[in-house]
Amino acid sequence: MTTHATREPETLMGYDEALTHFDPVMGLEVHVELGTATKMFCGCSTTFGAAPNTQTCPVCLGLPGALPVVNEIGVESAIRIGLALNCEIATWCRFARKNYFYPDMPKNFQTSQYDEPIAYEGYLDVDLDDGTTFRVPIERAHMEEDTGKSLHVGGATGRIQGADHSLVDYNRAGIPLIEIVTKPITGAGERAPEVARAYATALRDLLKALDVSDVKMEQGSMRADVNLSLRPRAADAQDQDAVPLGTRTETKNVNSFRSVERAVRHEVMRHGAILHGGGSILQETRHWHEDTGLTTSGREKSDAEDYRYFPEPDLVPVAPTRELVEALRATLPEPPAERRKRLLADWGYSDLEMRDVQNAGVVELIEATVSAGGSPAGARKWWMGEPSRRANGQAQDVASYAAEVGLTPALVAELEGLVTGGRLNDQLARQVMDGVLDGEGTPTAVADARGLELVKDDGALEAAVDAVIAANEGVADKVRDGKLQAAGALIGLVMKQMKGQADAARAREMILAKLGQG
Amino acid sequence: MTTDLTRRSAAEMASLLSTREVSAVELTQAHLDRTDAVDALVHSYLHVDHEGALAQARAVDQRRAAGDDLHPLAGVPIAVKDILTTKGLPTTCGSRILEGWVPPYDATVVTRLREAGMPILGKTNLDEFAMGSSTEHSAYGPSRNPWDLERIPGGSGGGSSSVIASFQAPLAIGTDTGGSIRQPAAVTGTVGTKPTYGSVSRYGLVALASSLDQAGPCARTVLDTALLHAVIAGHDQLDSTSIDAPVPAVVEAALRADVSGMTVGVIRQLTGEGYQAGVQTRFDEAVALLVERGAKVVEVDCPNFDYALAAYYLILPSEASSNLAKFDAMRYGLRVPPAEVDDPSAEQVMAASRDAGFGDEVKRRIILGTYALSSGYYDAYYGQAQKVRRLIADDFSRAFASADVLLSPTAPTTAFRLGEKLDDPMAMYRGDVATIPANLAGVPGMSLPSGLSDEDGLPTGIQILAPATQDDRLYAVGAALEAALLERWGAPLLTRAPDLSQGAVT
Amino acid sequence: MALTRDDVAHLASLARIDLSNDELDRMLGELSVILDSVAQVQQAPTEGVEPMSHPLPLTNVTRPDVPRPSLTAAEALSGAPAQEQQRFSVPRILDLD
Repeated sequence: MTTHATREPETLMGYDEALTHFDPVMGLEVHVELGTATKMFCGCSTTFGAAPNTQTCPVCLGLPGALPVVNEIGVESAIRIGLALNCEIATWCRFARKNYFYPDMPKNFQTSQYDEPIAYEGYLDVDLDDGTTFRVPIERAHMEEDTGKSLHVGGATGRIQGADHSLVDYNRAGIPLIEIVTKPITGAGERAPEVARAYATALRDLLKALDVSDVKMEQGSMRADVNLSLRPRAADAQDQDAVPLGTRTETKNVNSFRSVERAVRHEVMRHGAILHGGGSILQETRHWHEDTGLTTSGREKSDAEDYRYFPEPDLVPVAPTRELVEALRATLPEPPAERRKRLLADWGYSDLEMRDVQNAGVVELIEATVSAGGSPAGARKWWMGEPSRRANGQAQDVASYAAEVGLTPALVAELEGLVTGGRLNDQLARQVMDGVLDGEGTPTAVADARGLELVKDDGALEAAVDAVIAANEGVADKVRDGKLQAAGALIGLVMKQMKGQADAARAREMILAKLGQG
Repeated sequence: MTTDLTRRSAAEMASLLSTREVSAVELTQAHLDRTDAVDALVHSYLHVDHEGALAQARAVDQRRAAGDDLHPLAGVPIAVKDILTTKGLPTTCGSRILEGWVPPYDATVVTRLREAGMPILGKTNLDEFAMGSSTEHSAYGPSRNPWDLERIPGGSGGGSSSVIASFQAPLAIGTDTGGSIRQPAAVTGTVGTKPTYGSVSRYGLVALASSLDQAGPCARTVLDTALLHAVIAGHDQLDSTSIDAPVPAVVEAALRADVSGMTVGVIRQLTGEGYQAGVQTRFDEAVALLVERGAKVVEVDCPNFDYALAAYYLILPSEASSNLAKFDAMRYGLRVPPAEVDDPSAEQVMAASRDAGFGDEVKRRIILGTYALSSGYYDAYYGQAQKVRRLIADDFSRAFASADVLLSPTAPTTAFRLGEKLDDPMAMYRGDVATIPANLAGVPGMSLPSGLSDEDGLPTGIQILAPATQDDRLYAVGAALEAALLERWGAPLLTRAPDLSQGAVT
Repeated sequence: MALTRDDVAHLASLARIDLSNDELDRMLGELSVILDSVAQVQQAPTEGVEPMSHPLPLTNVTRPDVPRPSLTAAEALSGAPAQEQQRFSVPRILDLD
C-alpha cells in the first residue's frame, strides 16, 4: 500500500550552510513530446484537444493482435536531437519492452529503448547568468511512447488520492516521446539550482530551434524530473570527484523552469538537514508542490524496479546509415548559443541589450527585420518599443501579439525606411507605429492617411523660422550672443508651428545660420 | 449430394463453382449441415456463423452471376482458428478472459480471405492462447480426433485440424508457434504448413510468442494447402516483421510435384530413439518412396537441436508473459472483483480477473516467463535461450548446405488419449521436439500424412523443412510424396477414418 | 537455483495474478520440474555466440508520418467493462508516483 505523506514541513537546512558541508550532484531526465502528425507506432492523429478516445486504433489501444510500426519522423527527430546534443548516433539499436502494469498503459508494457539508445554520450553547453559556460554531460536520448491520460473521479481535488475511480482517455497513448537523460552533473557547487534551470531552458531553446516539439512545460510537451543527491564536501576541491555519490531522490511534477531551480534548491536543503542530523536519505520519488515550494514523499523507488526489459520482438532493429545521419546533420539549425554569439558580433549590441531582446523574445523578429532591410539598432528600438509594451499589457509574447495585429518584420523595416529616407522623423514614426498597431494599415498607408510627412520645402520652413525669430527676439538675441543652447526653444516653436512635420536638424541649421551662428 | 460435396478437395470445389455446377450457397450450406450433424461429437468450433457465412456465399454467387472477376477460391468456405481477430465475430482465443469479446477489426489474414470471397464458416477451438499440444487447455472443452473421439486432435490448433479431418470445412487457418499446425495435421491425417516467419502477416493474430508465431494453411491435400497459402501470404505494411518479397510459387510447385534431382536430408537428432515404432516405420517408408521418385537422401547432423525444447520453453513463456499483460480487465475482457474486498483497487481487480480468466497452463507459462526475464535471471535463462536459438539457426544453415529439404517424423507419437498427459506438463512439451526447431529458426515446415501406424491404426505424419523463403520446396516435395503414397494406398487416407455421422465411435 | 514458494508468490504479484494458496503450491511443484529441464540451455556451447532476437535479418522498417483513420470512440470502447463520459472507467488507481 502506498503511503501518502502529510504536508508537515520537513526540516530544512539553510542553503548556504548545506553547501559548506555538502557537494550537490544532480541528474535531469527530460521527456519531450514530439510534434509529429501521427503517433510513434500507429497512424492515429496527435492533434491536441480531440474528444476522448477518438484518436485510437487497435495498436495504441493495445487490442489483442495489434502490431506497432515505427514512425520515420520519430526516428529522424531522435537522431536530430542526438546530433544537436553532440551525441554519438547508434549504428544499430533496438526497441525494448519495459514491462509494468498501470491502467493508462494499453499494453502494460511501454515500447522504449533500454541498453541500446539511438543517441548517447553527448553534452550541452549552457550559459549561466554571469556569462560563464557550464558543460552538462548527456548520457543518452532514446525513443519511447506516451501513456493515456486519467481523470480521477470522486476525490476532493481531482487528484489520485481519495479518488474512487478513474476515467481513462487513450488519445495520448502512443504519442512519440524522446527521453533525454544527463549523466550525474557534478562540479556545479552552489550554482546547482541555476545550472539545472539553465540546462532546462537551453534544452528547450534547442528543441524549439530543431522544430521537433512545441516544448511547453506548462502543457506537458516537455517534462522534467529532477534527481539530486549530496555527498560530503571534500577538504580539497580536486578530491571532490573521488567522493562517492550519495543516495538520490527523484522529484516529479516540476512544471516550469523556475520550479526546476526551486526543486533542486529545496532538495539540497532537505537532504542537508537529514544528513547533517546523522540520518540517511530514503531513495524515493518525491512530488514537487509549486504552491508551497516543498516536496512530499511519493512511492519508494527501488533502483531496479523490475521492468524485465527484453528486445521488442514486434519491431526490427533501427540501423541509421551514416548517409542519413549526415543528411540530418545538415538540417540542424545553428545552436542557439552560437547563434546568439554570431548575432551579437553582427549587430553590435551590448551584452545587456542582447539579454534584453532575448528575454523579450524578439530575437527572431529582429533577424527577420534585418533581413527585410532594417538596421539592427533600428529593429531593436522598434520591436522593444510600443509593440512590446502593448504585448506585455495583454500578457502576451511579442511574436504572437504581432501576428495578431499584423505587424510583420517587413513592415517594421518599412517604417524604419520612412525615417532613414527622410519622410518621417522619430516622433512622427511613433505616431505611424501606433496607427499600424491599431490596424490602420501599412506604415506608408498610415502616413499617407494621416498626412504625416516631414516638410522638405525649405520655403515653408524658412517662413516658420522667420516668424518664430521675429516673435522671440529676446531668445534670438541670446543665440546671436553665442548661447547656442537657447536655440532649442526656438526649434521647439518652429516644430510646433510646422505641426511636427519638419526636420528638426534642418530647422536648427537654419536658425543658427540666420542668427549668425551657422 | 451433400456428403459428396464436403468430401471434395478445395480445388475440386473451386472447379465446380467456376463451372456453376454448384453455387457458393449450396456449398456453404452443405458444410453447415455437416457441422450440425457431427460437431457435437468433434467440437471443432467455438462459434459457427451460419448467417454470415451464407450471406458471404450469396454475395459471391451474385458477383459470379454478374460476370465479375473472381478469385479462384471464391465461394470455397473456410474455418478460422479463434486466435485471429474477426470483426463482428467473437474471438476468445480459447480463454474465459475473452469470453464474448467481439473485435472491432479484422486480422490481415482474415481481410485477405474476405477479399478472395471465401465464406468464413466459424472460429475453431484451440488450447488457450495457443499454449498447448492437445487442445485440452481450451477453456471451452477439448476438440476430439475424428479418427478416435477419445483422443486428442493435436494442439494448439486441434479445432482447425479436426474441422478439416471431419469434413466440416475443406480449408482452415491455423497458427504455429512450436508445431500447432503441423502436429495436429500429423495426428489427424491432414496437411498443414507453417510458412517462413514473416511471410504471413501477424496483424490481428493475438500474440503468443511474437518471434515464433505464424499463421498458416490447413487442408486435406497438398495442393489445397498451397492454394490457401497463396491467398494469405505476402507483405503487410501493418506488420513490421513482415517480409517485403513476392510469395514463393507454392501452387506451381504443388502442381509440379517433382523431387527428381533433389537431395532430402534426414535429421539425425529427430529420428530413431524416442519415436513410436509405427511412426518411425511410416517415416522410413516415406523417405524410401522419395528416393524411388528420384530424390537423393543424406543424413544431416543438427546437434544443437537437443537444446531446442529447453530454449523454446524459455523464449515462449518470456514473450507470452509480456504479450498477455494487456489482459487486465481495464479496456476489454473479463472483469471480476476480488472476493471479500470492499472497494478494490484497479490492481486488485486486475489480479483477480487474471486469476479467474486464465487457465492453469497459461498461468504456468506467464509465471515461468516472468521469472526468466527477471533481473538477475535474464542472462542465464532468456538471454541464454536466445543464443541457443542462433546455434539452431546455424545448424539449419549448415544442413541446408547439403540438402534441399530436411525430413523428420512430425511428432514422436500418434494421437494420445485425452487426459493422458494433462498431469505432466513436461511430457506434453516433449511432443513438440521435432516441430520446435523450425519456429526458433524461422524456417518453413509442412506436415503431411505418411500413413497409419501399425500398432494403433492412427495417422502418422512426415515433416518437411525448407530454408527460409523457400516455402515452394515444401510443396514440390510434399506433392510428390503425396502422389506416391496415394498410388500405394489406392485412396486418400481419410477415407479410412470412421464415419462420424453414425454417432460416437468407441 | 531452486524456486521457493515466496519466489512464486513474488512472480505472481509482478504478473498481477492473484493465485490461491492451492494454485501456488501446485505451481511451485510444476515450475520446479520445468525449470530443471529448461536450465539445460546453460549447457549449450554458446561461447561467443550472439543472441538472436529476430529470425529475419530485417532492419529499418518504418512508415511515413501520415495520419490513417482511427477507430470511432464507440468501436474503441466496444469491449469496455465499464465506461463513463466516453472514457474507460477503471477502479481506483493506487499512486504510482
